[in-house]
Amino acid sequence: MAKVLVVTSGKGGVGKTTSTAAIGAALAQAGKKTVVIDFDIGLRNLDLVMGAERRVVFDLINVVQGVAKLPQALIRDKRLEKLWLLPASQTRDKEALTEEGVGRVIADLRTSFFADAAIIVTNPEVSSVRDSDRIIGMLDAKTVKAEAGERVEKHVLITRYDVSRAARGEMISIDDILEILATPLLGIIPESQDVLRASNVGSPVTLNNPASAPARAYHDAMRRLLGETVPMQVPSERKGLMDLLRGRRAA
Amino acid sequence: MSILRFFSSRAARPAVATAPIARDRLQILLAHERAGMRGQPDLLMQLREEILAVVSRHVALDPEKVMVRMERGKNVSTLEVDIELPNESGVSLAATG
Repeated sequence: MAKVLVVTSGKGGVGKTTSTAAIGAALAQAGKKTVVIDFDIGLRNLDLVMGAERRVVFDLINVVQGVAKLPQALIRDKRLEKLWLLPASQTRDKEALTEEGVGRVIADLRTSFFADAAIIVTNPEVSSVRDSDRIIGMLDAKTVKAEAGERVEKHVLITRYDVSRAARGEMISIDDILEILATPLLGIIPESQDVLRASNVGSPVTLNNPASAPARAYHDAMRRLLGETVPMQVPSERKGLMDLLRGRRAA
Repeated sequence: MSILRFFSSRAARPAVATAPIARDRLQILLAHERAGMRGQPDLLMQLREEILAVVSRHVALDPEKVMVRMERGKNVSTLEVDIELPNESGVSLAATG
């Protein structure tokens, strides 16, 4: 029984790779066998964020073209035994991906159960929300499932939510984003230095610092994906005594 | 936010600066990637092909039972080829090298 989740966005740079690594690691930590696949052909980075960049032997294109079998191309995470990575090709372009070939890889990965869902990563700013709307339209119209008359389950994941800008009323509100996109919310990931630190060391934030605010938000999002009901926490400023004493921490 | 959570989240945070780690990782990765872009064939990939060719001259091996692992380092890279040999071929050993 496998579930295929696509992590997508309209705009680039909103946090798809980071979110994929964090949610993938959270799922593996929860005991789910998880394979994260990089489809960013020609500009892969999931390997780097996962800390597996030195171990890449084969990639998705090799598997699609039959040069390597799936088990040979999967890179097992060194920290979580239920987590694997299938990297994108760095040297080829996406023309090398055929629909049939990708379908075969996905079919190989899942056994029998067929349930696709999409996570649309969105930042709380106008261009990202606009582009997310376009992607949601495409998910409803152009996917294999949509063409078969089925609906793709969709979730919006808001990342880089800046608490202090929100407090100053400088960011589109969560409610406005949800009203515009008319898509259920999976989670709100606060903007955080912990995300940058995790990328630096090549470890998903859910693994690198599980107690941090973004890791907890990703963990909650993962539980919602698994069907649990988890109260939504809108990140707010934490004004602890120490924060007041030392002021805002620099990176 | 509770005091306890405040301290626990600080405690879980690595004390070391992470930017130098990022720099080191990038330097190693880019050195390998640039070598590949200058048209130098990936030595490790070539070795893999040739090792497999030599082994398959002597025993019938199942290409699916060959696992290749790599670790690209700053000064040293390692290539690990794990070949499962069927027993009926008269050889029962796993070659790792």
